[in-house]
Amino acid sequence: MNREFTKGIIDDNPIFVLLLGLCPALGVSGLVVNALGMGAGVIFVMLGSNICVSLLKNFIPPKVRIPSYIVIIASFVTIVQMVMEAFAPDLYDNLGVFVPLIVVNCAILGRAEAFASKNTLKNSVLDALGMGIGFTLGLTLIALVREILGAGTITLVSIGAFDGVISIPGLIEAPARIFSLPAGALLAIGFLKAFFNWKSQSKRGEA
Amino acid sequence: MTYIGILITYIFISNFILTQFLGLCPFIGVSRNTESAVGMGFAVIFVMAIASVVTWLIQHYVLIPLSLEYLQTIAFILVIASLVQLVEMTIQKVSPPLYKALGIFLPLITTNCAVMGIALMNITSEYTLLESFTGGIAAGIGFLLAIVLMANIRERLEMKPVPKPFRGVPAAFISGGLMALAFMAFDRALLTNLLG
Repeated sequence: MNREFTKGIIDDNPIFVLLLGLCPALGVSGLVVNALGMGAGVIFVMLGSNICVSLLKNFIPPKVRIPSYIVIIASFVTIVQMVMEAFAPDLYDNLGVFVPLIVVNCAILGRAEAFASKNTLKNSVLDALGMGIGFTLGLTLIALVREILGAGTITLVSIGAFDGVISIPGLIEAPARIFSLPAGALLAIGFLKAFFNWKSQSKRGEA
Repeated sequence: MTYIGILITYIFISNFILTQFLGLCPFIGVSRNTESAVGMGFAVIFVMAIASVVTWLIQHYVLIPLSLEYLQTIAFILVIASLVQLVEMTIQKVSPPLYKALGIFLPLITTNCAVMGIALMNITSEYTLLESFTGGIAAGIGFLLAIVLMANIRERLEMKPVPKPFRGVPAAFISGGLMALAFMAFDRALLTNLLG
């Protein structure tokens, strides 16, 4: 596997390692389906902005590069907003203010500035896909922990007769409601981050 | 809603950081010591108040008359980014001491989702101009309150024997979570009891 692609998934995971894009990560992590929807939006915007920035890197004057990147990102976010509103209105309502807020997701601006503005188109595409998937996985992990513990369910997309909600026996009768509350999101990411720290420390033989 | 109602709502009941997760990056990044937390907090109040007014004017006098509401996201982020730049230059000229105190925090505020968040929420809540201004100030004060409390907690945690994997960021998140639990005591009922 290509290193530019794989680094974003685990080693440089935007959520757990780089700590970028946390606001949307926590805000939409109450239901698994919201996390997946948000992840798809972020992958699209990141891919689009990385492609554009990488193609335009020789034409954008360094002094105005940040505003230029922001305009590029904002345009893709507007596309996501319109598409989501038209084809997935329920998801759009659930995510609410966090859809336009993808524009200030520092993970996206961070990749445009730190990677796409210096690298070739192919590597920028791989980087965007890896980082986007890493972001989605991190987000989904938080959402899984929160939804399973907080509500005893896993909500996915409904297809045909399947309404999209998987109930976990034992937990659905007596869920730990705190995890579905905002406080639970902060606790969940704190413990997950500690777990990742512990993993990487024990890998290096420190713990 | 009354102005006091807006203040109480954004400072306590739906505190941006602790209940809506807006502005988490600076909340974790700039809360290592109280001094910089206070600086960041005041810079955010300042920018939020101005941004609320300017984005409201843009929405009601430019975007709506021209039916360009779909450009809201692009327009707002550009306005906020240039506003931050302008505020930075003005403070630098007018008040060097203030610039020294807030200067380094201002560029970070452009990507603070709390500023964009309050601008969008003022529009969706259909606030008037003055209500938007109040909302901006109130959300800023809520941010200041949360980040200063957090910085105090983290300064004390430094002295304590925290297990190694939890040191730094994870401990900050967990303290933030416990703080959010405490803030749950402020709910809508408080507002109705206070204001009738």
